[in-house]
Formats: sequence, C-alpha cells, structure tokens
Amino acid sequence: MDFFLQLLVNGICIGLLYGISAMGFVMIFKASSVLNFAHGELLALGAFFFLSLVTWGKLPIIVSFLLTLVGCFLLGFLIEKFFLRPLIGEKLIFVIMLTVGLAAMFKGLILLIWGGNLHTYPPFLPDALEIELGSIYIAPVYSMTLLISVVFLVLFGLFFKKSSQGIYMRSVADNQKAALSLGVHVRRVFALSWAIAAMVACMSGIVLGIINGVNVHDLSAIGLKVFPVVILGGLDSIGGAIIGGIIIGLLETFTGGYLNPSLRDVVPYIVLVFILMVKPYGLFGLVEIERV
Amino acid sequence: MADILLQLNNISVVYSDVIQVLKGVSLSVEKGHIVSLLGSNGAGKTTTLKAISGLLKPENGEVTDGEILYNGVNIQNQAPEFITRQGIIQVLEGRQPFKYLTIEENLRVGTATRPGKPYKQDLEMVYDYFPALVKRRKSLAGYCSGGELQMLVIGRALMAHPQLLMLDEPSLGLAPLVVLEIFRIIKKINEEHKTTIVLVEQNANMALQVAHYGYVMENGKIVMEGNSAELADNPDVKEFYLGMGASGTAKSYRDVKAYRRRKRWL
Repeated sequence: MDFFLQLLVNGICIGLLYGISAMGFVMIFKASSVLNFAHGELLALGAFFFLSLVTWGKLPIIVSFLLTLVGCFLLGFLIEKFFLRPLIGEKLIFVIMLTVGLAAMFKGLILLIWGGNLHTYPPFLPDALEIELGSIYIAPVYSMTLLISVVFLVLFGLFFKKSSQGIYMRSVADNQKAALSLGVHVRRVFALSWAIAAMVACMSGIVLGIINGVNVHDLSAIGLKVFPVVILGGLDSIGGAIIGGIIIGLLETFTGGYLNPSLRDVVPYIVLVFILMVKPYGLFGLVEIERV
Repeated sequence: MADILLQLNNISVVYSDVIQVLKGVSLSVEKGHIVSLLGSNGAGKTTTLKAISGLLKPENGEVTDGEILYNGVNIQNQAPEFITRQGIIQVLEGRQPFKYLTIEENLRVGTATRPGKPYKQDLEMVYDYFPALVKRRKSLAGYCSGGELQMLVIGRALMAHPQLLMLDEPSLGLAPLVVLEIFRIIKKINEEHKTTIVLVEQNANMALQVAHYGYVMENGKIVMEGNSAELADNPDVKEFYLGMGASGTAKSYRDVKAYRRRKRWL
C-alpha cells in the first residue's frame, strides 16, 4: 500500500510536469494550428541553459532559473519572428516540416556545445522540501515539482481568464477572423504563444533534468511524450493537457514500479494507440458547440 | 459641403489575382450619418466593407485600383491592426462570436485596439444598450441565441469606440421583432454617440428607414444612390428591393423577366 501511495504521488508530480509542458504545445496548436515537433529540443535547451548558468556561470539557483525562463521566453519570440512568421499564409505542412527542421538544428547545436554526455546539476535543493507523511516519503525534487507546477497552473489560469492579453489569445484561438476584425494583433498573439510555450518547455526541461540528469537524447525523447499527453487530453484543450499529463505520469510510474522499469517509456505510446482507436478527439477534445 | 469621413474613389478589388469583384466603386460617407449599401447576393457589398477594413488580405484579395480615404488619409491595403486603430470597426456577417468565451470576455476582446486601458465604463454602456446581455454575461457565447449574439457582436464593436462602424447584415436570420429592436438600437447608437455607420443589408425596407443615404450595388458597381427617402420612392428600388410591383401589387413571374431586362439596362 505504501509503495502504491508513493508511486501515486511521484506519478502525479511527474504528470503535472508533463501536463504543463504539453500545455505549451497545445497553446501553439490552438493559436496557429501548428504542431511543434521541436518541443522536446526546447525542453532540452532549457535544461542546458540552466546547467551552464549554474555550473559555468556559478550564479545562484533562483537567478539562473529566472534567467533561463526569461531567455527561453525571448527564444520563443525569436523563433516565431525569424522562422515562423515568413511562413504565415503558406500551407500548414510546410510550417510543421519547419519545426522538424528546427528540432534537428537545436539538437545539433546542443550536441555541438555541450556534447552528448550525461550531465548533472550540483545538488542544491534544500532538505526542507522533503515531506514525510506517515510512511510516504516525498523526495525534495518531487515536492519542488509539485510546487512549481501548481504555481505555474495558477498563474496561467489567471492570465488566460483575467488578463486582457490572455483573453485576446483565446479569442484568436477561437475565431481568428473575428479577432482580426476587432483589431487583435494576431501576429503578436502567435509570437506570444511561442514565447510562453518555449518558457514552460524550458521549465519542465530543468525539472526533468534535476530528476533524471541532463542529456540531449533523453530530454528530447521526453519532449516527444507531449504527443501521448495531448492526444489523450484532446489536442485543443489546455485543461485536457494537464489531466492527460497526470494520467501518463501515473501510467509511467506504475508500470515502472509494478511491471518493469524498462517498459515505462513504451506504455504511454501503447495507450496512445488505444486512445486513437476509441476516442480520436481525446478525452477533452473540443466538441464543436452546435446551436440548433 | 459637409464633413466627409470616408471616401472610396473608383476602387477595384481582385481576389487571387484573377477574380475581379469590385469594378470601380465610388462612394462617400458623411460624418455622423447612417449610409446603407443595398444589393442582391454577390453584388460586392461585403467585399466593399472588407476593402475598407483591411480584411481582404486573409482571403487573398487586394485593392488593385483607386483609393480609400479615411479622414483624408489613404488606408487601402493596410493591415487590419492599423485600420481598426484608426477607429474603423467592421461587424462581420453571420455574427462570428468567440464561442468558447463568455459574453463578458467576448466584449473585452473589443478593447484590443487600446489594450491596458480601463474598460469597465464601456461594459456598462454596452449593457445599457443591450440589457438582454446582462443576465448572460457569464455564459459561453456558443450557447446564446441568434438575437443575443447579434447584440453581442455589435456591443463588442462598440467597446472599441469606433468612429466608423460597419455592420454586415445585422438582420440575417433573426425574427422580425428582434430585427426591429436591433435597428432601433443602431439608430440610437448613431444619435447618441455620433457614430458614423455603414449598413449592408438585404432587408432594404428596414435599412432605408434608419439610413440617411443609400447606395445600390449590382455586379461590383454602384448603380444608384440617393437620400433614403428618394431611394425608397424610386420605382426600380421599390420593385426590385422592396418587393413591390411597380403598381404596388405583388410580383408575378413576368416581373422576374422584367428584372433581368432592367438589370441589363441599369
């Protein structure tokens, strides 16, 4: 029972992280219908930025974390400006191929700069984050993951529900033509969704780096896990991305814990295939509102 | 000569580089007036509005000839972000709400031309014009009725403080009483805010009742213009757009032939 609870807690923590990272993916898709295949590489980039700032730059953890977030936010902006914007109005397939190209480019850059070895962050998490509830022990990494995820979720919830910019972003996702007619700066919304997506991808990259160590191939493979997550949740549902993330996270930890650790990376994709057969729009995919 | 807010000089619009839809349209809109644009389907009314508001580009259309002057400034082929910030807001045909946003969020999108500025007062103003929206402010627009949606999209446009409001078929698919209500409010907006309004309508009867001036379009050209009263009295308009025979009786099939003949003659 204890083992079960332990796995449950870990699964939820990891799952939240997947969910938040998938949220960035969903945001780009909702705003501009682009599937971003470079998501995993963005994740890895975040982890390596942070690594450099911490180990080479010797900056304090909090400062490096914030700097990485800001840097990735800007990176997202630049990607949109230099790579995506010239393709506005072109066929969607070209844009998606472009993100595949971006993925290769980023991976190459990372290999060039940091090499393909496994790096680790110096241990910096305070023991105060350790939580013991009866017989369940939550490692500092996981409680930190939980904390960061919840903070991000609340911030994004507020942003999209309350702030004007958030509402403009949702309006573009909803009806682009109407948004244009009201003067919403659609290109700016695209840029912003890339920026936010890159930022949350980096954030999850850092946390996953703390848990598993920093390695290009592992991290970008984890980035691909957004696909089962978003397809489970429904490609265009941000809430679905979070729930999908938690489900995939739980599946992973449970197969790792009860079946075989080497199966944990396969199960999400098996689930993916089944979901596609049964519910092609995912659990929370948009069911068009039809007025009769 | 009164103040001219908007002037179209002989504009042509071409879609996808080949399909010419407007063939030299000229019209002018006086400040503070309601101007209606009448015509059958495919006459180019909506295209004219889109040419003004800059919404042609996403549909691969372009103003190839002529000029559009707004307050004396040339605005043709500008981006919609720019044009809306000059105070021209188009309310699209078919209502086009943001279905997954609540009524209030929909209205807030109307502030996109001036982000970060206070908007509470404008919300009150819109709820004042359209009291029906108040009790639905928290519900998703996708679940509202056609009449509510039409009020919503007009209200959303008002949030932008337009100087020139362009309405594309506000009566489309609405019950006659609702249409009456919408037109009453359009008139009220024009009187209270001095908003200049361009009204595209199939319901020529209603349109000519509220408008000061009218244009009739056919095949991408303006074929007739005049004060609303004059237009409503014109035998051709009466026959073809107000649905009355020349003698005031119902039409028969023979008149359809007459329509074809007349159309060529025009």
